[in-house]
Amino acid sequence: MAKGVWIVAEQRDGAFRKISYELASTARKLADQLGEEVCAVLCGSGIEGIAGQLGKYGVDKVFVADNPALEPYTTDAHALAVAKVVKENDPAILLLGASTQGKDLSGRLVGKLATGLATDCTDVKIADGKLLAIRPMYAGKCFGEIAISSFPQMATLRPNVFAAVETPKAGAVVKFDPALDAGQLKTKVLEIQKDTSGKVDLTEANIVVSGGRGMKGPEGYAILEELAAVLGATVGASRAAVDAGWRPQTDQVGQTGKIVSPNLYIACGISGAIQHLAGMSSSKFIVAINKDAEAPIFTKADYGVVDDLFKVVPEFTKECKKLLA
Amino acid sequence: MNIVACVKQVPDTEAQIRVKPDGSGIEEGGIKWVMNPYDEFGVEEALRLKEKNGGEVTIVCLGPARAMETIRTALAMGADKGIHINDPVFDGADAFTTASALAAAIKGIPHDIIFCGQRAIDDDSAQVGAILADLLGIPQVTVVTKLEFAGSAVKVIRPIEGAQLLIECPLPCLVTAQKGLNEPRYASLPGIMKAKKKPVDVKNAAALGVSADGKAKVVRFVPPPARAAGKIVCADGTPEGKAAELAKLLREEAKVI
Repeated sequence: MAKGVWIVAEQRDGAFRKISYELASTARKLADQLGEEVCAVLCGSGIEGIAGQLGKYGVDKVFVADNPALEPYTTDAHALAVAKVVKENDPAILLLGASTQGKDLSGRLVGKLATGLATDCTDVKIADGKLLAIRPMYAGKCFGEIAISSFPQMATLRPNVFAAVETPKAGAVVKFDPALDAGQLKTKVLEIQKDTSGKVDLTEANIVVSGGRGMKGPEGYAILEELAAVLGATVGASRAAVDAGWRPQTDQVGQTGKIVSPNLYIACGISGAIQHLAGMSSSKFIVAINKDAEAPIFTKADYGVVDDLFKVVPEFTKECKKLLA
Repeated sequence: MNIVACVKQVPDTEAQIRVKPDGSGIEEGGIKWVMNPYDEFGVEEALRLKEKNGGEVTIVCLGPARAMETIRTALAMGADKGIHINDPVFDGADAFTTASALAAAIKGIPHDIIFCGQRAIDDDSAQVGAILADLLGIPQVTVVTKLEFAGSAVKVIRPIEGAQLLIECPLPCLVTAQKGLNEPRYASLPGIMKAKKKPVDVKNAAALGVSADGKAKVVRFVPPPARAAGKIVCADGTPEGKAAELAKLLREEAKVI
């Protein structure tokens, strides 16, 4: 009988990603309702020492595979390691992050474990002893409630949506042998080109300042960059701005770009096309600054400013500087 | 080179999505159906590989009768032939079932490289590519923005949070396409004419030997939570006044700065 709530923890360069704590805290909640244990799988090289830290967020046991072939992350090696330890222990629920790594790994695990997966969930609960996962579909234009008939019931959680809560538990470390066969490791990471700008990724940012067609050109973004620097925010863009070549594709928020859920989303000169709204409507607070009072973005905004953004944004930056000084 | 591109027919990005009153699905009336935008990048990359290195591009698509239109679009862009997996048992198929059906169809044909979109913009599950690769026993590289073919392997760029990875992956392999990979071409008029005569093999579940008993089921579709109407910040104020009031509200009321 499948038992226990498991997570796949994520680390990079020997430090946990924030999503790992969000996963652990969510798993703790589910496990308490079921009266079961929370276990984590941690893969990497030279990471045994950090494994116990997960105990702080409610993990009872951490299964650790410490092996040079597991660093940096490759699908081949991590899928083999995680599938092995999961098969041996038969958990009821398996949670991963809907991060780039979690999305890559989770599908592969579905193949190896022949089970069902609900991706990019914004809520998970227990109903009749089983997992019920709630997730946006059609980029948030509707939601689906997903039940999974096989074990483990898998879900990936959208970053930044679930709270990381400290609930100290043992975090006992159990080492396991990932039994990697070099012949099965096909992909190689040749190079990791780090973004040295120090900018937080849009999907992980607490505050996003986004600009659209109303920015009038690439130069317009300077005032958004200034505001972002004051707020510690990341700058995003609408599809119109990206298609016009004003901003790189990696900045695009929307149905065909990144799906973001920051605490605060500030939309400047964005009319709010349905495909843009789809990418940001799970933000906790939304501000719209646009001179067109009829722009659809105002139907989603908690706070709307109807005025010329080139006048309002620099003033707003000054005000924020004062408040945060 | 034998290249496969998997495509799905999805509602256009501008489509309004309405949930059926009983929550069993979405209303399909009035929806404009298009090729999943991420699959277009996959088809385009497949065509470019073929044009450079020779070979053949096969389009594989699971979907109802209307999905034939999407297959024809890919053929009009320049693909050579198609496989249409069409069976009512696959209506509402989960990712595992879809990948199993695609795998069964692709196993029967030579494949050096398979393209999928990084996700479909209807169910947004972003799983099928990885499951398919696993079922075929070949490696995957997902969410790729640049691809270079180097003999028996591909070198790709994959963006992750705060970095880009350069990954080498030997053939045969599966690649999922992300925006930025290329600029998909439009079908030309002669292309559209030619596409009508290109062969499309239609297969059902029995022919593929695949069962449709999915593992993950959408038990209920619900409309998104409504957001309470917001407030317009001092409508009659000056830009300075509005900026000051907004900062104050975000600090004291929303407590987000």
